[in-house]
Parts: sequence; structure tokens; C-alpha cells
Amino acid sequence: MMEIPLALRGILVITGKNMRLYYTKPPVLMFGLLFPLFMFFAFFVGRKLDLFTFFPAFLAMMLFFTASSVGPLITPWEKREKTYERLLSYPVTQDSIILGDVVAGAVFGLGISILVWVASTIFVPVAITNTGLFILAFILGTLSCAALGALLASPASDSPPNVMIFSNLIRFPLIFISGIFVPLAQMQGPGLALAYCSPLTYLVDLFNAAMSGTSVFPPAVDCGVLIGVSAVFILAARVIQTRNLVKGL
Amino acid sequence: MNAIQADHLIKRFGSVTAVNDVNLTVREGEIFGFLGPNGAGKTTTMRLLTGVLTPDAGAVRINDIDIHRHPLEAKMQMGVIPESSTVYGDMSAEQNLQLSGQMYGMPRADRDARVDELLSRMGLTEKRKLPVRTFSKGMKQRVSIACAIIHRPHVLLLDEPTSGLDVQSRRLVIEKIRDMNEQGSTIFLTTHNIEEANTLCQTVCIINKGQIVAQDSPERLKKMFDTTQSVEVSFDRPVTRDLFAGEGIVRAEPCGDKWRLYTDNPDRVLKYLVGRAQRDAIGITSLATSGPSLEEAFVQLTECA
Repeated sequence: MMEIPLALRGILVITGKNMRLYYTKPPVLMFGLLFPLFMFFAFFVGRKLDLFTFFPAFLAMMLFFTASSVGPLITPWEKREKTYERLLSYPVTQDSIILGDVVAGAVFGLGISILVWVASTIFVPVAITNTGLFILAFILGTLSCAALGALLASPASDSPPNVMIFSNLIRFPLIFISGIFVPLAQMQGPGLALAYCSPLTYLVDLFNAAMSGTSVFPPAVDCGVLIGVSAVFILAARVIQTRNLVKGL
Repeated sequence: MNAIQADHLIKRFGSVTAVNDVNLTVREGEIFGFLGPNGAGKTTTMRLLTGVLTPDAGAVRINDIDIHRHPLEAKMQMGVIPESSTVYGDMSAEQNLQLSGQMYGMPRADRDARVDELLSRMGLTEKRKLPVRTFSKGMKQRVSIACAIIHRPHVLLLDEPTSGLDVQSRRLVIEKIRDMNEQGSTIFLTTHNIEEANTLCQTVCIINKGQIVAQDSPERLKKMFDTTQSVEVSFDRPVTRDLFAGEGIVRAEPCGDKWRLYTDNPDRVLKYLVGRAQRDAIGITSLATSGPSLEEAFVQLTECA
């Protein structure tokens, strides 16, 4: 019975440690803010995109890049610095470490995205048709993206650059197949099939439902998929990290 | 109650059995040395004892708590110092200690007082705010020890705590280990340094090729494997080997500016050396005897296993 409060405390302390060590560094904060903005300008400026159509997708992209940005690096970095073994010898389990990484990524993604959203509303008159759904989209979106970050930290490597390459090979293609730059309704054939496989698609769709009231899938389906993929990502991270535990210790 | 009890531990990595049916008993309050050559299974055993790895078979109990059934409760009982100085380089010494205290769930006021106390005891008060990455290896090791003992653990496990340290840092680390033991903590340490194990530990356990080959007090182990003693002597002028022929001297070896004489009867050799020096008018500048060595026992145990 004593184990559950200890496990919860472990998650909280690891979240705090990750926020302090990895997420509050000026370069990470700057990258978190600037990268989505550059992506926005790269794809929006000079093209005849409807801002109101693009904004929900922009928010989803923002959440995706911030919440999954540092997570893939934490475990490889700690293994390389030889702090991972000490971490495991504290009263925490590997599950607490993975969940601490997920929560830290989620808090960072949420914080930066809310900041950008608040700043954006000053310049762009965006509407929200369903506030509850909008908040839910933020929470589920940041959770699933942070869980993806934890999964991308799982390969048996203690080299952060290698993990970063692997992580970007997975993350970048996702933004092109998830209805961010081409609305899902306009997709067809293999493109549409690929979009259905991307969790980001459901996040974009949920933001669309919350902001414009139109979506391809019912919001319950979007929420269900995001909860489901979060659980799958966390479980997969647990299985792979347990298998690779000794490598790099 | 035993502080650490390991029963029939087995750990395999693929086709390699790193730890093979290891049984260990560490009594409460003792300093227990765990010796073995490189690749013998010391670190794997240590990781099994600290709950970092799960054994394929067998069980570990820390203060009677099964570490694999109740890992968090068992880990609360112990402090661990892994092989490298594993503290966060980007954090200050104070932040590392605070983080450790948080991990063990210490209340804020307790933690603050203990951090101050440990920083002072480790001689780090003036550098408490500096990032640990700017510290020397010895200072990092002191931070690492402070992190492991912040919650006053019942059991302290150290993996090669003095490896690569200079003499001053090594002495300080050994002093801290003794302090912790005097305050009631049980100490389990792995080491390559046989002399360190000899002077520090009440019980020594030797592992080779994943199996325990001996476990006893250093003195009993020494007597079990080496009955030969030695006498070290130096003279005020050079002498030849002929001087040491007979009189119970089994072997004579030059050793720097001294001679080391191996014998089963040091009393007879001492009397002979004094008499011979007087007769030949040679001055003896130093004379010392030493008993059987733990190193000899270690070499014999790990070679023949």
C-alpha cells in the first residue's frame, strides 16, 4: 500500500527535475517558441491559405513540436552522463521515470502552446465554439505528443544526436500527412490512409471541432484515439526501455 | 535481522550467465567488501541488490523487505553510490542534494538542515552554488556520497567508491564510510583495492566468473591461503643475496632500496639479521615484518576457480 504514494511522489520529483534540467534552458524555450512560428511563416506567408482553417492545425503542430521536443533526449542523455543508474536506485521505478518524462513534456507543451495561443489571439481574431473541447484538445494533444516523445527515447542508444535524428525522421513526416497543410477533407487515396494512421490527424480534427465546429470524425472518436495512442506509446516505451535497460548503463 | 540477504541470485544476458547462484548475507552494522577481478559479476550483483536489475531467479531482501516485490520501500532503506560520480553536472552541489532529499521524500525543513550539514561535512559549503561539472573528480564523489546518505540510510552500497581518486580524496571517502558505519549504517562496497578491503571490512566476499568463491573475515581468508610471512629490511650499504642464505628464509627479493625476505618463522629471521648485522658491522636502517596478504588469497582464489 505504501508503494502508490511513493510512486506518485517519484513521478512528481522526476517531472520537476526534468523541467529544471532540460526544459527551462533558454535554447529549449527559444526553440520551442520560434520553431513553430518559423513553420507557420514558411507555410502561411505568400500562400492563399485561410487563416481560420489553418489556425487549429497550427495549434496542433505547436503542441506536437513542443511536447515531443525534449522527451526523446532525456533517457539517452542521462545514460550517457551516467545519472540514469543513480535515478533507478532512488525510490522510483522505471514506470515513474517514463511517466515523469511524459508529464514534463506535457507541461512544457501546454505552457508554450497556451502562451502562443494567448499571443496569437491579440493579432488573429480566432473563435472557439466549444471551450470544453478546446481545453480537452490541449490536454489530450499534449499528453499524446509527450508520450510519443517518451517512446522515441526508447531505442538502445546513449547518443542524443543519434536519437534526435531518429526522432526527427519520425516527427517531421507526421506534420505532412496529418491534415495540417492539406485539410483532411481534401485528402484522398494513400494520403488519406496515411493520415488515418497519424495521431496528429485526430488532434487537428479535435481542434477543428473545438474552434470551427466542423470535423471529419466525431470528437469522441478523436478523444478516444488520442487516449488510446497515449496508452500505447507509454506501454511501448515501457516494454522497449525495460528491454534496453542495461544498454548504456 | 540481516541488512542484506541475497538467495540463489541468477542473472543472464543472452547466453552469458553474469551472476550464477549467488548467496550473500550482510549482517547489520558491518562493513562488507565485495571483491572480484574485472568482469567477475561485481557490478551486476550490485545492480541486483539495488533493484536496478531484476534477477532471472533468486531473491534479495534489504532489512527484510523483498526488493523485487516492494522495490520502493526497500530502496527507501538504502543509499547507493554507483561506479561513476553520477550527479547532475548542470546542477549545483546544493541542488543535487535537494533533489536527492526530494527523491527520499524528506520534508523541506529537514532537507534544508541536512543539506547544510552535509555540505559542511564534505567541505563543500563555499562551492555549494557552483555547477558540479566544474568540480574535480574527488569533489564530485563527495557530492555523490552526500546524495546517497542524505536520508540517513540503514544500508549504504558503494560501487568502487575510491576508484580513480587522489590520495586526499580517497582518505576522505574512506573516513566518511567509517563515519557512516559508526553511526549505525551497514556498508556494502565493491572494490578492486585489496588493501582497502583489508583495512576497512569486517567481512570480505570474493566473486569470480559469476560465482562466490569465498566469504569470510580478511584475517581468516589470509590464513587460509597464505601461511608465509615476510620481513622487510634495509641496510646502510649494499649487500648481496648470499647474506640471506638459510636461517628459515624461503626466498629473498630486492624491493627498491630494501630486501623482502619470505619466511614461515619471522622470529628466527629477525634474530639472525640482528646478529649478522652486528657481526659484519652493517647498520640496519629499517626492519619490519608483515603477515600473510589478502592479495595472495585473492589471487589464489580467482586463479584456481
